[in-house]
Amino acid sequence: MEEKPVIVDVEHVKKSYRRGQHIIPVLEDITLCIREGQFMALMGPSGSGKSTLLNLIAGIDRVDSGTIRVGGIDITPLSETELALWRATHVGFIFQFYNLIPVLTAFENIELPLHLTRLTAKERRLHVETALAVVNLSDRMDHYPAQLSGGEQQRVAIARALITDPAILVADEPTGDLDRRSAEDVLNLMARLNEESGKTIIMVTHDPRAAQRAQTLRHLEKGVLTDADCQAPF
Amino acid sequence: MLIVRLLFKNAFRHKFRAFLTILSITIAILAFVMLRTVIGAWYAGVDASSASRLVSRNAVSIIFPLPLSYKDRIHQVDGVHLVSYGNWFGGIYIDEKNFFANFAVEPRSYLELYPEYVLSSKEREAFLKDRKAFAAGRKLAAKYGWKIGDIVTLRGTIYPGNWDFVLRAIYRGKTDSVDETQFFFHWDYLNETLKKTAPSRADEVGFYMIGVTNPDLSSAVTTAIDQTFKNSRAETVTETEKAFQQGFIAMSGAIITAIEVVSFVVIFIMLAVVANTMAMTSRERTGEYAILKTLGFGGWAIGGLIAGESVIISLCGCLAGITLAFPAAEIFKKALGMYFPIFTVEASSLVMAFASSLAVGILAAIVPIQRAIAIRIADGLRRIG
Repeated sequence: MEEKPVIVDVEHVKKSYRRGQHIIPVLEDITLCIREGQFMALMGPSGSGKSTLLNLIAGIDRVDSGTIRVGGIDITPLSETELALWRATHVGFIFQFYNLIPVLTAFENIELPLHLTRLTAKERRLHVETALAVVNLSDRMDHYPAQLSGGEQQRVAIARALITDPAILVADEPTGDLDRRSAEDVLNLMARLNEESGKTIIMVTHDPRAAQRAQTLRHLEKGVLTDADCQAPF
Repeated sequence: MLIVRLLFKNAFRHKFRAFLTILSITIAILAFVMLRTVIGAWYAGVDASSASRLVSRNAVSIIFPLPLSYKDRIHQVDGVHLVSYGNWFGGIYIDEKNFFANFAVEPRSYLELYPEYVLSSKEREAFLKDRKAFAAGRKLAAKYGWKIGDIVTLRGTIYPGNWDFVLRAIYRGKTDSVDETQFFFHWDYLNETLKKTAPSRADEVGFYMIGVTNPDLSSAVTTAIDQTFKNSRAETVTETEKAFQQGFIAMSGAIITAIEVVSFVVIFIMLAVVANTMAMTSRERTGEYAILKTLGFGGWAIGGLIAGESVIISLCGCLAGITLAFPAAEIFKKALGMYFPIFTVEASSLVMAFASSLAVGILAAIVPIQRAIAIRIADGLRRIG
């Protein structure tokens, strides 16, 4: 089987937080690589540092030391502005609580990231309609988040994450706030995106059923990857 | 367009809070414009004064008279082409609350010197012919329902007794800035009556009004007139009509300063109200700003959203306040028109109100913008859920 190139390369990353006088280590010397098209689940108990690792890979937090390369770009030295631009084009985000803007419709929420591109209004509309069709919500485009179920809101969030065609999708507990059936729909959708569109997905989850849908499973405990093996074939 | 729509949707997301904030700004702007209009009304006389007219009064105080004999000597000063004179009469119509300015003037020269008081030729002739005649401004006549031929009695305060006058002319102002609430009558009527009742007070005038041939000569004429009466029993102080009016205003300078200070205090209160609203709003939206940052929107976009929302709320209140200022000024004018005959909302007041609102909108957003930009995305996202 042909080995796909590494898209996320995490090397000797350390991260700690300051809480008053105390410095709390969260990640200790993490080394991890994720290959293109991989669907990886990160599991671990609360406080193990899995969301922190996800945030570091997605460029919404900064390492204390070590490097993170995504798609060949070392994101650790980038400024806030450079990181913001990088996130806009390279990463799609899926959150536990959907994080949609409540005063915007489903269509407008999905369209939002496209306002950072040079697309025309017509082109944006076309993109949004396509994304809505992918998540099977074309008939709900004019609904506000409060008018949608949890599962539908998460599908809108997935469409928003996909809209700029990012290299990787990061999902932090995407099924954590959903009932079993909606969770299943969302996981099916993510699996389909991975299989059909070749999207690289990194998912943090507590749910073993969700983790089973991933091709690779990694465990974090007390800031250490217990089964890390960067060279393991995918 | 989506960002603009988001701005407006955010501004009115909490409708009741937005309504209360806008209402507060509306009241503040209304108060600001009304206070500025009161100040403008105070200065209306100054603005309406002519550069080619001088006023001469007793050097000790305006309440001391000047001899009538000065008239011819003033006339002889180079650069003077017309001299009129008058006295503040201070009569009361029925009751003290019916206040309006009333003067005894030499009518022919007065009307020549003040062409801004426009009378029909028929009424002008009738006014000049009848020694007991008086002329009233259009607004004054309308207020008391006076018609030509009506007899009006004023109770004298400076000149005791009941004084009957016949309305022979109703003047209108040449421009909107001319006071149409004045009452003036023949100085001779006053003087002849005084000759009988208080001879020691006869042949004295309160002030001279002097027309100069060229406004550029005002300074030289002023000096020459005062020099003429130097070391006499009644020395004069002569000044331009504008300076004379400003002298009156200076007497109430402290009040005007207080009004000006209050008008700006109102703006600071408005700033506090908007800043409070924006602080609450941005704290509630920390999570949303974190989402926008996550999606790639930078500090400028977040700052623009917060500042835009703040400016929208401020300007909504401002526009409502400005709109209400016009009917409010009309009501004010009707109620206190005798004290403020020229009470017009000036464009400069509206510009100041608009600029202040814009500034308040921007200033109120500064701290929330700093906080929104400074917060780490991970911390912001933690506030959701």
